[in-house]
Amino acid sequence: MSARERLPIFPSRGAQMLMKARLKGAQKGHSLLKKKADALQMRFRMILNKIIETKTLMGEVMKEAAFSLAEAKFTTGDFNQVVLQNVTKAQIKIRTKKDNVAGVTLPVFESYQDGTDTYELAGLARGGQQLAKLKKNYQSAVKLLVELASLQTSFVTLDDVIKITNRRVNAIEHVIIPRIERTLAYIISELDELEREEFYRLKKIQDKKKIHRAKVEKAKQALIAAGLLKEAQASSGNMLDEGDEDILF
Amino acid sequence: MALHSAVKGKLISVIGDEDTCVGFLLGGVGEINKNRHPNFMVVDKNTAVSEIEDCFKRFVKRDDIDIILINQNVAEIIRHVIDNHNSPVPAILEIPSKDHPYDASKDSILRRAKGMFNPDEVA
Repeated sequence: MSARERLPIFPSRGAQMLMKARLKGAQKGHSLLKKKADALQMRFRMILNKIIETKTLMGEVMKEAAFSLAEAKFTTGDFNQVVLQNVTKAQIKIRTKKDNVAGVTLPVFESYQDGTDTYELAGLARGGQQLAKLKKNYQSAVKLLVELASLQTSFVTLDDVIKITNRRVNAIEHVIIPRIERTLAYIISELDELEREEFYRLKKIQDKKKIHRAKVEKAKQALIAAGLLKEAQASSGNMLDEGDEDILF
Repeated sequence: MALHSAVKGKLISVIGDEDTCVGFLLGGVGEINKNRHPNFMVVDKNTAVSEIEDCFKRFVKRDDIDIILINQNVAEIIRHVIDNHNSPVPAILEIPSKDHPYDASKDSILRRAKGMFNPDEVA
């Protein structure tokens, strides 16, 4: 199965160098991504713990706020409709800031007071103290909820990013690196084969040359024996022979 | 508009029963915009589910709202819509209401986190 899954590339020295560089790159990228995933995971755990903590705290704060609402209602009488009808401008608003964790921007909410209290005069007749307490309780609840919201947003964002990063890490580890390694192995085996072929060819040529030389030598010897060629001539002829070039140089 | 509201600061919106809304309005989160659209919705037992859904979707679409507070019992009614909401902004926070205690195992965020920690820790 592995032989099929490799990059379509011509097996050459150049391609081998290229593949080696790519393997190095992939390994580096893998380790970097792994580090990023670890950093995100760490932050993620931290946020998770904080969320659980804040959620439980929220339960208590909300309970207290609801209780103070009941208290205020008891002293002031029912003021629900008055409040619902007299809404104008928000007093508490949210600013968004960006936090950066390993290249991931996380939005951080921050609440701030803006403008005056619309219900400044509420409870003027009676129950003013309870109403003030109620407002304070709900304001602190809002503050806590804003904090919780930014934690939750970070949680959702980080969750997504961690998933993506892990997918990338696994893809590099289990797909890209093995593929490059298979390609490299293929190139090496192919180059080895070429080398063996080349070697065999050289040997063959050498053999052929040897046979040829032996034949020429034999013919010469035959001529000498027949007296047609003098010994000196034969040796001078031998000196020009290619087999003796070492002596000349 | 988007830039303008970004400079101005975003709003918190509330979907919940009357007491929850009144409480948060007294805390000072309520606002009615130029088109007379409030950023809160009072849900009582006569409110139709589709009405809550529409309101929730409208709040999600509005770019001047960053956080949506929703009572957990209301959230339970439109759970399918909330679970479909995946983007981080606006953040949706489920809050306990006066007559429904907070149940952490129902929270859509905490449910996503399930498996990473013991659910008993939350309760």
